[in-house]
Amino acid sequence: MTVALSGIEVARKLAEHFTGAIVESSEKAIVISAEQLLPVMDYLKNNPEMAFSFLSDITSTDYFDYFEITYQLTSLEHNHKLTVKTRCYDRHKPVVPSVTGLWQGANFMEREIFDLMGIAFSGHPTLKRIFLWEGFEGHPLRKDYL
Amino acid sequence: MAISTETFILNIGPVHMSTHGVFRMKAVMDGEVIVDIEPVFGYLHRGIEKLAEQRTYTGIIPLTDRMDYTASMSNNLAHCLAVEKLMGIKVPERAEYLRVIMVELQRICAHFLAIGAILNDCGAWGTPMMYMFREREKIFDLFEMASGQRLTYNYMRPGGVSQDVPEEFMPALKKLIAQLPGYFEEYDQLLSKNEIFLARTKKIGILTKEMAINSSASGPVLRASGIKWDIRKADPYSIYDRFEFEIPTGKTGDCFDRYWVRMQEMWQSLRIIEQAVKQIPTKGEIRSKVPALIRPPVGEVYTRIESPKGELGFYIVSDHSIAPYRYHVRSPCLINLTTLRDLVIGWKIADAIVIFGSIDICMGEVDR
Repeated sequence: MTVALSGIEVARKLAEHFTGAIVESSEKAIVISAEQLLPVMDYLKNNPEMAFSFLSDITSTDYFDYFEITYQLTSLEHNHKLTVKTRCYDRHKPVVPSVTGLWQGANFMEREIFDLMGIAFSGHPTLKRIFLWEGFEGHPLRKDYL
Repeated sequence: MAISTETFILNIGPVHMSTHGVFRMKAVMDGEVIVDIEPVFGYLHRGIEKLAEQRTYTGIIPLTDRMDYTASMSNNLAHCLAVEKLMGIKVPERAEYLRVIMVELQRICAHFLAIGAILNDCGAWGTPMMYMFREREKIFDLFEMASGQRLTYNYMRPGGVSQDVPEEFMPALKKLIAQLPGYFEEYDQLLSKNEIFLARTKKIGILTKEMAINSSASGPVLRASGIKWDIRKADPYSIYDRFEFEIPTGKTGDCFDRYWVRMQEMWQSLRIIEQAVKQIPTKGEIRSKVPALIRPPVGEVYTRIESPKGELGFYIVSDHSIAPYRYHVRSPCLINLTTLRDLVIGWKIADAIVIFGSIDICMGEVDR
């Protein structure tokens, strides 16, 4: 059975290495500030205790006040999982750092979010629409689209 | 004097038999060798994630059917598991077994299609596909008995299944179980040592372990690269902890391994079905009491199952209304395609088609 790591426990460990990175933590998930997302993710992937080598999923939710990007991480070695989130408050030009450098699998997932939710990922190699055509106006999954 | 060559762009698809739907590969070619490709998706995009935000939790089930239409039962199950986890619903025993039987039959079904299609892509036009369809139809007959449909079943519901199977289902299933090993062996003899097939697939399109994990590949594609990771074993859902089965893995991660893993998985699925048929209670509830309009408590959930294509995950955010606030599907088909570019560069066009076929995608799920 895959063990879901407690967000509070992980946050406590992260606090030893990163100051001000953790915005919020609960049993189910930890929320990381967008500025420190990359170093934290790098730690989660490469630290032997965490070893989250497999990125299951990235998705985004529109909460009007902010966008929430949710990462589902899995460790194939230790068979545990963790939900990591980050938030983006800028509605007009939302930008979040891309994790494609760490996990190549993020490529299409981030392009999908860019296409349908309109969040840009800085550092993504080919950031363009994936399902809709170039020139399509708006981002359908945003709550104010329809 | 050396011949100077110029690269040119070749469009493969969108409407082409080898693209398994409507998928376009913009390939930069140097003669017959692929220099670069750019996959283009979206021809089948129906906005299912957006549509789901306007529908009730039961009303979404027909939409999930239309994602991976070669494995509708798996999609139904994944959706229902997510809703059940949100609501904390327990599923009756008989329904659990019925679900496992359906999903494993579906896996065999989907792998039949995958193997038939890769042979199509190798140039064995039509015949192997029709062999596979012969048995696939028999499984469809069973599904039709249970749900009334042959492709989009809409069979499972949060809390169980929509209806019990008719009396003639179990005898027909037992008959098919007795027949299937013969068919599997027949394919094994026809294909696994077939010299032409080996020449077209062995050591072609090698996906290394590191690449497979790093690119989030899942399902047979990941296992063919030698990683023993199956969510049915690693993170058992439903009642998979009650069955004995093995996880077949490949060695090199080439096209042949991806075919071979699927072949072995069909045997394992058969094993699970045999055990489920023995253990299933003959009578009992098939659906627990669930309100007609489901209003899950505020919260979010990510559940995943091992679908025939890989890790199929459903992420649902609920705001206590009758429709989900956010509905997201982690599509294994789309994410398995991440490596396509790395796999095909440097190979000839004919090999690229086989590599693409061996990944086994369903465009309905890629585009959603």
